[in-house]
Amino acid sequence: MTKFATKFDRFISSKSAGFVLPFTVTVLIFILWEVLTYALKIPPYNLPAPSAILTAMTLKGPALMDNAIQTLMTTLVGFGLSVVTGVVLGFTIGYSKIAYKILYPILVGFNTIPKVALVPLFALWFGIGAVPSILTAFLLAFFPIAVNVSLGLDTVEPEMRDVLRSLGGSQMEFFKKIGIPHSMPYLFASLKVAVSFAFIGSVISETVASNKGIGYLVVSASSSFDIPLAFAGLLVLSVMGVVLYAVFAALEKVVIYWAR
Amino acid sequence: MVSVETFRGSDSAVASLPVLEFDHVGLEYLVHGKKECIIEDLSLSIAKGEFVSFVGPSGCGKTSILKMISGLAPAPIGIVNYHGVPITKPIPNVGVAFQSPVLMPWRNVLENVMLPLEIVQPYKKDFKTRKLEFEEMANELLTTVGLDGSQKKFPWQLSGGMRQRASLCRALIHQPELLLLDEPFGALDPFTREEMWGMMQSLWQRVNCTCILITHDLREAVFLSDTIYVMAPRPSSIIYKLKVNLPRPTTIEMMLSDEFYHLVADLRRHIRRS
Repeated sequence: MTKFATKFDRFISSKSAGFVLPFTVTVLIFILWEVLTYALKIPPYNLPAPSAILTAMTLKGPALMDNAIQTLMTTLVGFGLSVVTGVVLGFTIGYSKIAYKILYPILVGFNTIPKVALVPLFALWFGIGAVPSILTAFLLAFFPIAVNVSLGLDTVEPEMRDVLRSLGGSQMEFFKKIGIPHSMPYLFASLKVAVSFAFIGSVISETVASNKGIGYLVVSASSSFDIPLAFAGLLVLSVMGVVLYAVFAALEKVVIYWAR
Repeated sequence: MVSVETFRGSDSAVASLPVLEFDHVGLEYLVHGKKECIIEDLSLSIAKGEFVSFVGPSGCGKTSILKMISGLAPAPIGIVNYHGVPITKPIPNVGVAFQSPVLMPWRNVLENVMLPLEIVQPYKKDFKTRKLEFEEMANELLTTVGLDGSQKKFPWQLSGGMRQRASLCRALIHQPELLLLDEPFGALDPFTREEMWGMMQSLWQRVNCTCILITHDLREAVFLSDTIYVMAPRPSSIIYKLKVNLPRPTTIEMMLSDEFYHLVADLRRHIRRS
């Protein structure tokens, strides 16, 4: 018994546990879900069983794939734009007190606007399609990046600044040798959040202003009572979200190798 | 008295021109719209190669004195002269070490120590071509402080004492004329701290710079210094100057002597709290 306990402890702290445990729990939840839908006789147009969702996935595989790629593309383009804008804005407001005073209240004010409310406007301006999705993804994702990057620059210890200043270092040297590396952990923390936000943004937009993408698929499947297909779309969406998160988590480990 | 040991405050040090001169220096802050005097009428001079300590209660403006010297915050009242020229902006040839080691976590020990060589002239212009030579300089310093073999380690892999040693190496690598130490051993445990004093002394003797130390530890001040200034609480000025005449190098054994004890007691008598 104790032998098993020590083995289990070792497994918990091992690398593979981070993948195996959540995967197992997810499978268990699906099994429970399956059992409950049968036991309680829940009709599939209310809550389909996981088996029904899987069937829908295999039957409508190509269509799902097509729409998933559309969503992934708009998400990534919007996300890419938000990284560039977020980093530039973040460094600007983190570096310059004046820029901070001018831009920060505007950014906060802008961020409180529900982006759903903007989608019909985007559709009006740019037509139905990829552009509103990209824009919505971008608008949702750039804010956390900008805030975190500026925080990274703002939280440099005054002593570290003094070390460089007393050596006669220029502003550019401060930026290169301290500012950028110091904000890296903050940037990556925000990227992991921002990529999920970008997904949310493009799907929101697709539900209103698109005839392609997972968002569109979910809405049109629900309206034709193909609930298993709608769930299949949601499942694909969450898998893509987890995969992208994992990609950035791995990238983080490579770039910020020096952090504990 | 004939002795092979060199004595502190020996004639050669006293006779040479001062590196630093404080001329009626003062410091005031505005606190809630009211002027509060922090430092009042401070005048003293520091000779080349001297090891000087400032001791006194917290908040008496000791750190401000270092900032006036480094030029990070030049004296607002009066003048601080460096080789006869008033300090108005950050001066070259300074090394600083703080209570926290402030190593950059994204650089390993060697890269941290070599940071000044990437910024300070004349090293900066040759940094790429003479990198190996510079690395040798850094390795030599690191060996002196007992950090040989830790070059590739990152700061989080080091103990507090080791980090502080690396920080001192960084302060000295570009061979500054002035070394400014702001309670660099304050956060270490007592035994490590005593060990660091011996190490600091040998470093100082080796690079032959003028050293200014801020500390709360009277034994530390006596162990390391040629001259100790005691500062009064606000508004602070120098209330006592003590010349230490123990032979160099000071040893841990010497700290147990009556003479050492008397010097510490003498200092303690002059420390007042506001």
